[in-house]
Amino acid sequence: MKLSGAKIVNECLVREGVEVVFGYPGGAIMPVHDAMMDYPIHHVLTRHEQGAVFAADGYARASGKVGVAIATSGPGATNLVTGIATAMMDSVPIVCITGQVAAHLLGGDAFQETDVTGITLPITKFNYLVTSADELTQAISEAFFIARSGRPGPVLIDICKNAQIEEAEFDYPDKISLPGYKPPKHAPLKDLQNAAELIAEAKRPVILAGHGVQMSGAMDELKLFAEKTQTPVAMTLLGLGSLPASHPYGLGMMGMHGEAYCNQAIQNADLLLAFGMRFDDRVTGHLRTYAPRAKKIHVEIDPTEIDKNVKVDVPLVGDLKTILNDIIPIVEPSDHEEWLDQIKEWKEETEARDILSWPDEEILHSAHVIRDFWEKTAGDAIITTGVGQHQMWAAQYYKLEQPYRLITSGGAGTMGFGLPSALGAWFAHPDREIWTIEGDGSFQMTLNELATVVQEGANIKILLINNSFLGMVRQWQEFFFDKRYAATQITGPDFVKVCEAYNIPARRVTKREDVMDAITFAKETPGPVLIEYQVEKEDAVFPMVPSGAALDEMMRRPITRTKVGE
Amino acid sequence: MQHTVIAKVENKPGVLNRVASLFRRRNFNIESLNVGRTENPDISRMTIVMENPDVDARKVEANLYKLVNILDVQDVTNQPTVTRDLALIKVAAKPEKRAEVANLANIFRAKIVDVAPDSVIVEITGTEEKIEGLVELLRPIGITEMVRTGQVAMLRGDAPGVRHTPGANGHSPNGNKPHANNSNHTNGKRQ
Repeated sequence: MKLSGAKIVNECLVREGVEVVFGYPGGAIMPVHDAMMDYPIHHVLTRHEQGAVFAADGYARASGKVGVAIATSGPGATNLVTGIATAMMDSVPIVCITGQVAAHLLGGDAFQETDVTGITLPITKFNYLVTSADELTQAISEAFFIARSGRPGPVLIDICKNAQIEEAEFDYPDKISLPGYKPPKHAPLKDLQNAAELIAEAKRPVILAGHGVQMSGAMDELKLFAEKTQTPVAMTLLGLGSLPASHPYGLGMMGMHGEAYCNQAIQNADLLLAFGMRFDDRVTGHLRTYAPRAKKIHVEIDPTEIDKNVKVDVPLVGDLKTILNDIIPIVEPSDHEEWLDQIKEWKEETEARDILSWPDEEILHSAHVIRDFWEKTAGDAIITTGVGQHQMWAAQYYKLEQPYRLITSGGAGTMGFGLPSALGAWFAHPDREIWTIEGDGSFQMTLNELATVVQEGANIKILLINNSFLGMVRQWQEFFFDKRYAATQITGPDFVKVCEAYNIPARRVTKREDVMDAITFAKETPGPVLIEYQVEKEDAVFPMVPSGAALDEMMRRPITRTKVGE
Repeated sequence: MQHTVIAKVENKPGVLNRVASLFRRRNFNIESLNVGRTENPDISRMTIVMENPDVDARKVEANLYKLVNILDVQDVTNQPTVTRDLALIKVAAKPEKRAEVANLANIFRAKIVDVAPDSVIVEITGTEEKIEGLVELLRPIGITEMVRTGQVAMLRGDAPGVRHTPGANGHSPNGNKPHANNSNHTNGKRQ
């Protein structure tokens, strides 16, 4: 069957199970958009290509499917770059399709020509430049396979305009043959036995659960393993939800803004079991002082992560779910009562310092807002966030009982991610409650997508934490730059009026007693709603491991009440 | 210490760029990089020599495997290999110096491949040390230009190279490759 390249693109998308794509049209991609009208694919027109790629990312994280973003050549494609880097850092499977000038014009600086495969080479798992329609089917089928298999990641296909117009034979392959790409699955038995020995010897083990747990769908296996070996589970930001927060072995979040007792447990452990995580500097603190007495077992699908940051004793390279299923039968049940009691003691001390145990006062604290919000939504909403203080508060106080509920830019720390990724999550689960927790800085980066939300009738609720500062940078300035607030005092529009212009119901809250009511209002109002919480301006995220310090050298919230920032 | 790694790669456009970009991004310093065709038209072969003692070969190997177009990587450092480098050296040799250059070339089993009124071009093939030896002797006479291919290496007999990351790219620990993975196109939806 001979089809135009543009039709082939759409045929491939349909065969890959794509129902929705996020994009923006333009000269070099017009044939693909034109052909799409005849296919059962819903195209979401975002207001900026960055919104499209963030939405594709949010869709992928919420659904487990591959997210798709489409843009034209030149500026359209370069506007995707931040989102591609975000997906790369967090191993999110997305496929980006960009238009390119006709093949005979390549290299001639034609209108809207940019070397997009060159630009995206280091931030994609793989990319393709397609110069003729004959190459399209293979490129697209491989792209989807590469994006979702192994350690997932973004793949970009740059399609020359002539390749969209000319015709080629279309025959979709049912098998992919990539001789240089074979993600590992099982780890060798001998390595599993070595790991089992370390596990049997350990007195103070801690599991470090990363994004890999949810990427490989190993939540049940993680729970089984933790329970059989009585091992507490610390989670990375993207690992949150791997184990229910209420599980007795759950230690919550580790790292720079992790729970103090969780970091203490890691530093005092004699065995770390790293499951699908990569020892990012935000979770290790100063490397030379990191978990000094611990042996390390690293279960990881990407062999380049082994020994990259932390030297490990036993690497198990392969799929986490597979490896846990292989190792659970060969580990002996262990008893770590004493160790768990010790951690409990640390935990009680942490709770005494927590802002939630403070009496309610005139000041509206973000932590209180998010805590109340958590209660009101029964901890079951899908949450997306921007990046900064509000993101950390969301991670600390929105306790997740379920996986795939927190969608946030971890490795890249990309501001502006919240609203567009919530849009993507809504398309993945239109029946669920979707909230984006935003800061006033992050929100202003991509609030243009409010128009997209309205146009699509997306039922997204926005919880805006407004402290009139770029709060995280301000916090660093307070602690490390003598309170010199360089470039962090940010003003915003009247967000309620902005929403009015978009026809989005909105409310502003300044007092604790109104927090719950506003959330009820949002829940009961159909369609998008924004609640702006004007919170304490100079609040800080605690605990905090200063950059370069050991993981247990945390700055803690003062135990007695003083006004924060003084 | 020098590390020598042999990589078999798919003969496709952009592969060299991917390898070079990887080395730049991960901060691996390359001493020399040679790319050429092999007995199989679909496969090119790279010989990569690194001078950086901090970078362990395992890291380089694992990162190379992460590139979709890389088929096989072997560390041949400290293995029985034949390694060769080819150099063309232009020496500023007027007629009265030609005999001296020819003499030196002879000792090193090098060849004079071009003679001009004021210069000659010497071609030498061999190990790096051998070439360095000749270069040192020609330098006083006056080297005006030199070009080198960088090392190429081949294992002797059927000696195996070292693969530091068994499991990478589907290699079983003994180095044999299993058959290609078959993928299916189900795109499972999460609950």
